[in-house]
Amino acid sequence: MKFYIPPQIPRLVIAFAIFISLFLVARHFLVPDTFGKYGHYRAASLIDNANPEIHYAGQQACFDCHQDIEDLKAKDVHSDIHCEVCHGPGEKHVLSSEAADIFKPSGREFCGSCHALNAAKPKSAIFQIDLNKHNVGKNCNECHNPHQPWEMKK
Amino acid sequence: MGNEKVKSSRRKFIKSAATLAGAAIGFSWLKSSQVLLYGAEPKDETLPWYGIVIDIQKCIGCGNCAKACKKENDVPVEPFFFRTWVEQYTVKNDGSVDIVSPNGGIDGFKQTVPDEDIFKSFFVPKMCNHCSKSPCIQVCPVGATYDSPEGVVLIDEKYCIGCRYCVQACPYGCRFIHPVKKVANKCTLCYHRLKKNLAPACMETCPTGARMYGNLRDKNSDLVKFLKEHTTQVLRPNLNTGAKLYYNALSSEVR
Repeated sequence: MKFYIPPQIPRLVIAFAIFISLFLVARHFLVPDTFGKYGHYRAASLIDNANPEIHYAGQQACFDCHQDIEDLKAKDVHSDIHCEVCHGPGEKHVLSSEAADIFKPSGREFCGSCHALNAAKPKSAIFQIDLNKHNVGKNCNECHNPHQPWEMKK
Repeated sequence: MGNEKVKSSRRKFIKSAATLAGAAIGFSWLKSSQVLLYGAEPKDETLPWYGIVIDIQKCIGCGNCAKACKKENDVPVEPFFFRTWVEQYTVKNDGSVDIVSPNGGIDGFKQTVPDEDIFKSFFVPKMCNHCSKSPCIQVCPVGATYDSPEGVVLIDEKYCIGCRYCVQACPYGCRFIHPVKKVANKCTLCYHRLKKNLAPACMETCPTGARMYGNLRDKNSDLVKFLKEHTTQVLRPNLNTGAKLYYNALSSEVR
């Protein structure tokens, strides 16, 4: 007995073939080049994410020029604190060497952002003072050198 | 007769349903949840696999991290867009907990609860947990967010369609929609800095070294040593997100 194929089957096969090939063509053009190289994402996006410019130059960039401050800082409790903690982002200053491009902090409030008394600050982590009692009216750097805080000026 | 038939087919159905359920439970046991990963399952040995430690016993709530993050990554300055922020928890003597984070901690904290009412108080810096089984990646319909080979969860800004699924999927609230770019945005662990061998901006500017990042694959790295020597915990371990941000001295009040 001859195997009977109903006439709608070949038509369906053709229709499916057309749709699948259309899908494959569309997919070829719509999916970005590097998609799926490492996983379900565009591999080129890794480069996009690595591209933005930096604003913080990093500790070593500061010491490349300011060797004296490195030595000064190494002697006291602020030795582990990186320059940009207080001086802000320094990449612009590294590139231009202009003094105007780096922040020079001063004032009781600024030092207080770390050293002001607060019950939530762990005592072991930071030396705290009560800004309302400790030498009111004086600027911190009148007595303390911020790079060497326990070397009193007077 | 007919009644007998119904009974036997019902019995069959219950049997097969029970088998399926049993198999599902058994399978989930086989692949038990790893809450603490400690450098498990490396994919590419040549690249580091980053983890993060935040030491709550060292955080003084100065807000330098949140400030530096905004400057480094050009995060919008409006007070509700943060890639990292600091929260202050105050457990009062009556057992209630106050959680505040004025402007993400950028302007510092003033203790609002009088000293005599405080049972304990501490700061908790928050940022992306760079989960290895992250919910945000799983819900992305277009593959615009992904786990990089270094274990950093990143966003493909050119491919993101801004549908916000990931924003609501993150159990840690670490994502937001960028108001100008109109696409999802989050902490990249300063991927552009890591690639230049620089520390992430928040860690570069932390005065007390409360934040630390390192290679979980390298058993001699400072990070892995710290994890060995301290009792650390991830946030919401019950969700099994595979978070790679470990907190030292985490209190149970932290959410």
